Parts: sequence; structure tokens; C-alpha cells
Amino acid sequence: MDIILDGIRQAFILLVTFDPEVLGITWFSLKVSGTATFISIFIGMSLGTVVALTQFPGRRFVVSLINTGMALPPVVVGLFVTIFLWRNGPLGFLEILYTPAAMILAQAIIATPIVMGISLASMQQLPKKLRLQILALGATRLQMVLILIREARLPLLAAVMAGFGGVISEVGASIMVGGNIKGYTRVLTTATVMETSRGNFDIAIALGIILFLFAYLINLVLTTVQQRERPR
Amino acid sequence: MKNILEAKNLKTIRGGSLLVDVPGIGILEGETLSIIGPNGAGKTTLLQALSFLMKPSTGEILFRGKTVGAGQRILEYRRRLAMVFQEPLLFDTTVFGNVASGLKIRGVGGAEVRRIVEEQLERFGITPLRNRSARTLSGGEAQRASLARAFAIAPEILFLDEPFAALDPPTREAIVTDLEKVLAETKTTTIMATHDRNEALRLSNRVAVMEGGRIAQIDRPAVVLNQPVDEFVASFVGMETIIEGEIRGVNETVLIVRVNKSEVEVVGRGKPGERVVLCIRPENVSLTVPDGSEKTTARNVFRGRIMKIIPLGLFHKIEIACGFPLVSYLTTQALEDLALREGVEVAAAFKATAIHVILKSGS
Repeated sequence: MDIILDGIRQAFILLVTFDPEVLGITWFSLKVSGTATFISIFIGMSLGTVVALTQFPGRRFVVSLINTGMALPPVVVGLFVTIFLWRNGPLGFLEILYTPAAMILAQAIIATPIVMGISLASMQQLPKKLRLQILALGATRLQMVLILIREARLPLLAAVMAGFGGVISEVGASIMVGGNIKGYTRVLTTATVMETSRGNFDIAIALGIILFLFAYLINLVLTTVQQRERPR
Repeated sequence: MKNILEAKNLKTIRGGSLLVDVPGIGILEGETLSIIGPNGAGKTTLLQALSFLMKPSTGEILFRGKTVGAGQRILEYRRRLAMVFQEPLLFDTTVFGNVASGLKIRGVGGAEVRRIVEEQLERFGITPLRNRSARTLSGGEAQRASLARAFAIAPEILFLDEPFAALDPPTREAIVTDLEKVLAETKTTTIMATHDRNEALRLSNRVAVMEGGRIAQIDRPAVVLNQPVDEFVASFVGMETIIEGEIRGVNETVLIVRVNKSEVEVVGRGKPGERVVLCIRPENVSLTVPDGSEKTTARNVFRGRIMKIIPLGLFHKIEIACGFPLVSYLTTQALEDLALREGVEVAAAFKATAIHVILKSGS
């Protein structure tokens, strides 16, 4: 019990004194996961919107693929990204394995299906007749899509948060393609793993608290969004 | 008056079934045309075809004499009309933002938008709600906002698709009254789909009755109501008694029609031997308790037995068997005064002029 209480006390001291190492790791985590999420918004949201608003043969199959992609195990992504970026792998010439770029790549691959799947669902949840109503108001196709995105803005925000939540908390891919290099590719999760294995529970708990706060903030937004009603 | 909208050879086929099949229809400028019919008759599909929200499979639509073709022309056409659905389908913003949305889509500027929106909010009595979020509106308030949004763009044709179907009776009455006033004021050409014949009769200059994707009859409300062209229209406009018979004799304007074993006298035109359908409104059938000395100006008096009494709020629907099935409406008061029950014998009377005759084609 002492170990835990002591760890928590130490962790709070690290947090309130803005320990440079903890702060640095947090900031770097935000940068990597933020960039990866940003990329996934571009790809995931636009493709999700297209799939939501169009009809084409094999659409069901595509939707099932996207939904499966939402549950991609990060270690599997890490494995394949590592293979591709390996010195004599297909993308080995890029020489980015064990760099932040590789981590961003892997995290973007994890986040994109999550963002795509939730965007798709958010757009499809809008009443079908809303599209007719928007067209009847004289909108062009582009105006219609923009209005629909505006109407789904909160669930779309949920998509972004879920994508970000997925990558900030994953450890498998980051450790495999980043290597947990101190001051270079070390993020909150990989650092937590390492400090725990070393027995440095105070730092591990401090990092854990920060991760937990992120998780709480993300879920706060998601809950708020879910509880909102649509207009009649 | 001129046709503002005309459709020729209009067909909508979806998933192999013919949903709408209208060889020709013209909508007059300034009129209110109601399309009535049961669910699945094709009313909504016809509205969507006419408004080009769902492209018809075949056919031509002319707006002010010019064909609405493809691409840009369709957008131009859509920008001159408005549509209100059964669901208000408001956007997730304020009431003001909703009413302004059609104008914003057309790129209308700030001050102009404010002027028009305020005017429409006032017109539909929702000025106090202008800054409220659409999410917090009641059904009636939301439908008012939806109507205000439609009128804000000053549509040349207004399409209404069952706009009041989801509202409770008092709210519906208030909104119908307001819409009636606004339509009289703006003289906006309006095409309204509804399954409520009373609403249609009240608001429209003309009524089209649809069945199975076709327009069975289109005419002034009084004509559709009293002179339905076929049995379907007759039953839809409230002719409760619809019986088949054969003309046996003609005496000037009076036809003697044999129905089962009874003879009914009817004012109408026809030749002996022709098969006809007789339609009688329940309110035109009067009931008395027979005492052997029936005195009535009606030519047709039949004795029968009450088979069933169905309460309809203020009225009771009385089904009588008098050689043929006959339906009458009585007020609760009249029912009690006559002490009528199921199984009781009554005399049913109706005038020869109160019967609408439909000649059966192909006989």
C-alpha cells in the first residue's frame, strides 16, 4: 500500500512542479498523436462522408471493412509499418524507422479507420429527408455536403476525439516503430511501460495520471455530444 | 389563368415498380392544389418528381412554359420553389438561422436577410422564438419555423408534403388557419399532399385524388366530393354507401335501379340494362322507427335492421341491412331519442337527388 501512496505523492510533486522530463514527454505525445489525428481527419472524414452520401455496388462490404479497421490492433499495425520501413523493406529507402515520422505514420493508420467509421455513422444518422430539404432550399451539391457536415458537427467532433483517444493511449505500435528513444521518440505510453519495468512507480503514476486526464476530457466531450438532441 | 407548371407523361419507377404514372397535369398560377389519397398512393413521389428533388424516370416538366432539363436548369428551377415536409427538418441552429438558411444558400446579404426573416417570423407568430435553438422547439413551433423558412425565399411554387400530419388537433387548426391567411395574402401557387380530405377541401381550389400512382380525378373540391368518378374516389371522399345495380326503367330524369331485390329511384342519366354504381353519403340517409305510416318527401324508403353501431365521437355510424347495405350517421342525441340499438328495425329514407350515379364502363 505504501508503494502506491508514495507513488501518488511523488507523482503529484512531479506534476505540480512541472517536471521538465514529464512535461517534455507529454508535449511530444501531443505533437505525435495530434499530427496523426490531423492526417486521419483529412482522409477519414472525407472518405467517410463520401461513403455515407453515395450509393455504389459493394458499399456494404466497404462499410464492413471500415468498421473492422476501427478495431485494428495497434501491435499489428506496428508490425506491418516496421516491416515496410525496415532497411530492405518496400519503404526502407525513406529511412524513417525509429523516428517520430514513423510513429505518426503508424498512429495515422490506426486513427484513420476510427475517424472514418464514426464520421460515416454520424453522417448516416442525419435524417434521410434532410438531404431533400436542403436541396429544396436551393442548395448546390457542394452546399448540401457542407450543410450536412455542419449538421453533424458534434458527432464529427466525437469522431476526432475517438481517433485521438485511440492513438494517444496506444503503446504497441509506438514502441515498435519509434523505439522509445529518450528525448526523441519517447511518448507517455512507452515511457510508462519503461518506468514501470524499472520500478520507478512515481514517474509511471504521474504519466498515468496525465493519460487518464486525457481520457477523461475526451469522454467528457463524447458524452456531451451523445446526450444532445437533434432538432425536429 | 395560365399553367405555371405542367408535366407530361410523368413516370417514376423505383425498384421495378411504377410509383407514379401521370400522363398529364397542369398547375395554375396562384391556385392551391391538394393531392389526396391513401398512404402509398404516390402523393409524395409525385411531389418529389414535380419539384425535381427526385428525377422522374420519364416525362417532361415545364415551368412557365420552359422545360426543366438537366444540371444548372434544375438548380435554377429548385431555387424558385420551396418544400415543407411532415417533419420540420430544422437545422441545428437558432430559429433565426433556420429561417435565414434558404436566403444564405442564395447568397443574399446581411441587412436584406434580417428584414425578410423578421417579416416571416412575424407572419408565423414566432418572433419571440427568434434566438431559441431549434432543438428546444415544440412540434407546432418547429413546423411554423419550417413554414417561415419556406416563405422567406418567396417561392413561386410551394410544395407541402403532409405538413400537418404529425401535429395535435388544436396546433394543427391554428397553423392551418395561419397558412390559409398567408396563402390568401401571398397568392403563392401551392401543391399539397395530404391524406386528410377535410384539410384538402378546406385549403384548396382543386383536389386531385390519387390511387396506385395514378390521378383518378382532379377537379374542384365540390365536384370531387359530390361527383366522384369511380368507386375508389367515392369511398375516399366519404361516400359510405356504394352499391351496384342495374337500370330497369327510365322515367324522364328518374332511373329505376334494381339493387339485389329492391328498387331504388335515382335522379340521373342512363339507359335500361346499364350497370351502375350508386353512391350515397351517410348524412343524406335519415332513419326513423317504422310505425306503418312513413311520411317523407324521399322517394326511397326501405325497412331494415341495424347491424352495427360504431361510435365516431360526435356521431354514430349506423350500418343497416335493408336488402342492401346502407350507412347512416346519427348524432348521439338522435340515437338516444330514437332508442336505436343493434338488431332494431328501422326505416331508412334518402332522396332520389341525394344519390350519385356512376355508369360502369364496359357493360
